[in-house]
Amino acid sequence: MPTVRYEHVYKRFSDDAPPAVADFNLEISDKEFLVLVGPSGCGKSTALRLLAGLEELTEGDVYIGDHNVSNVQSRDRDIAMVFQSYALYPHMNVFDNMAFGLTLRKIPKDEIKVRVNEAAAILGIEGLLKRKPRALSGGQRQRVALGRAIVRKPAVFLLDEPLSNLDAKLRVQTRAEIIKLHQSLGTTFIYVTHDQTEAMTMATRIVVMDVGVIQQVGAPQELYEHPRNIFVAGFIGSPAMNFFDVVVEGDGDDLRLQAAEGFALPVPQEKLAQLAPYRARKLVMGIRPESVHDGAFQPPDIRASLVEATVDVTEMMGNEVLAYMEVGEHKFLCRCDPRTAARPGQQIRVAFDIDGVHVFDADTKTAI
Amino acid sequence: MAAQRISAQHRGRLSDTLRKTFGRIPLHFVILATCLAWSIPTIALLVSSFRDPSAIAGSGWWNALLDPTQWTLTNYDNVLNARGMTDAFINSLIITIPSTLFVILIGAFAAYAFAWMKFPFRNVIFLIVVALLVVPVQMTLIPILRLYTIVTIEGSIPIIGGNVFGVGSYSGLWIAHTAYGLPFAIFLLRNFFGGLPRELFESAHLDGASDLTVFFKIVLPLSVPAIAALAIFQFLWVWQDLLVALVLLGDPDLAPMTLQINSLVSSFGSNYQVLTAAAFLSMIVPLGIFFALQRYFVEGILAGSVKG
Repeated sequence: MPTVRYEHVYKRFSDDAPPAVADFNLEISDKEFLVLVGPSGCGKSTALRLLAGLEELTEGDVYIGDHNVSNVQSRDRDIAMVFQSYALYPHMNVFDNMAFGLTLRKIPKDEIKVRVNEAAAILGIEGLLKRKPRALSGGQRQRVALGRAIVRKPAVFLLDEPLSNLDAKLRVQTRAEIIKLHQSLGTTFIYVTHDQTEAMTMATRIVVMDVGVIQQVGAPQELYEHPRNIFVAGFIGSPAMNFFDVVVEGDGDDLRLQAAEGFALPVPQEKLAQLAPYRARKLVMGIRPESVHDGAFQPPDIRASLVEATVDVTEMMGNEVLAYMEVGEHKFLCRCDPRTAARPGQQIRVAFDIDGVHVFDADTKTAI
Repeated sequence: MAAQRISAQHRGRLSDTLRKTFGRIPLHFVILATCLAWSIPTIALLVSSFRDPSAIAGSGWWNALLDPTQWTLTNYDNVLNARGMTDAFINSLIITIPSTLFVILIGAFAAYAFAWMKFPFRNVIFLIVVALLVVPVQMTLIPILRLYTIVTIEGSIPIIGGNVFGVGSYSGLWIAHTAYGLPFAIFLLRNFFGGLPRELFESAHLDGASDLTVFFKIVLPLSVPAIAALAIFQFLWVWQDLLVALVLLGDPDLAPMTLQINSLVSSFGSNYQVLTAAAFLSMIVPLGIFFALQRYFVEGILAGSVKG
């Protein structure tokens, strides 16, 4: 039985504007770490808040366990939430902050003490229990917010961009801690973020959203390797996928994806049947920077197609060189071996890994 | 060469410091002079309160500063021992404290509703309440007096005295003062409550708090600065109020200090030195309240609750 279920959920904030969340259907199983990811305004926070009961459903139902909680108040939904801005009670010390929810539910004082100390131990904040929030650093406040959620022992944890306010280093550290927390607690986590890196590293399943609609649901690797449309393809993966407007040229067994004069990639044997009907139709070809190599240092086991291109700008990353290349009107990014000779203004041969090519219909924007 | 450069730097730094210290002097002077000028009337009254009636009639108040022998405590003596002054002091307290408490209580509840609860016509009602700030108190006195005369409930309340309600009752004064103070109280508190971060309330709701619990356990503790400011303001306004008490009380036994001092003028003739002494005596309580509550203007009480 799924822990959480959204059924045909809609949320409209006003009648003339498009819905913030449209026909949202999702089943979330027990112990999952589900990440809702998407650009700002895509509806991911709204979807989370609908589950929390902080927003009212315009249409549809939400289930937690087997209870329909669509009309149940937030406090009775058996959930705990960690906010982006932590929302700690400033006039109470850390202990009271964590104990607040339990006190309201009339849990006996001894048990409250046990639970708070337990949570504090898990998060490493035992020494901070007597402090007030203003005497804590950002990372510490974060942990108190997490602790406040943990003591409630809810059925579902909701986290709304909890790492957004931390500096980069702390973010990476806390990411790992949250993953460990999930593993040790074994509760369902539903996590909202705009950062696809967080989504990829933390999730067991990712839900990509755009303009209130679910674009694709799947495991991180699945989304990376088989994006269902241009949006997901361009959103997942950093640096982002390269896109080219192409046309299918050639006949019979000899089909090419033609981007420009002198820039065409052959269609592999197994895809011929798929692409044949698309002759003379506008298509979009996508290929990740990881699948574009400096011709001189290409990996030996790939099926490569070589293209002459001019280097525009290079970024030395240490472990690799990001080379921004140009072929005619087309610009793309190549992740080159650090030994590459690519320098701005130079012409080098670039190897495109044919197996890394994704083709999308230019009109429907979906994958072929 | 290097030595010359260094000494030039030294000189630069010295002249900088000199300029900073002495450059400020004209500014300080102007500020002090302005403060003094504005305080002169008050100082004059203070000095006059320590002078004999004859001395006051004879020479300007500044003469007392040069001639310490003139200073006397007779005026204060007269005021303190005047008939009914202690009673008047207690009456002032009886009028002021409940008026302040009611305004805070009712104002806070109303402000919370206006800030964080949804109900129809919320904005319209709030605008009407704020618009009431414009109405001068004096305009309302006669209508209220006529209203009170109709609804007066005679009787004698134990301990504090006065009628049960209406003219010549403390409850009538409390209601009147509370009503006069509410528009400002609601306006001030609603803006303050509205500034509290929304996530704080959401978090509390998720934790299981009802609106009432949120109000008492979260909003009120965080609003101490605003409430302290409101308390001071209302206390001062009611404590030094003469007109409302004069019109709505009518009973000399219930008179607060302001009324009592006013009557002193007639009994002592036109000796205003008694007035000055009485005025400064009556200022002690408000000043005390002010300095006591000043400690509660804690800035940054919200620092640390929400990021940034």
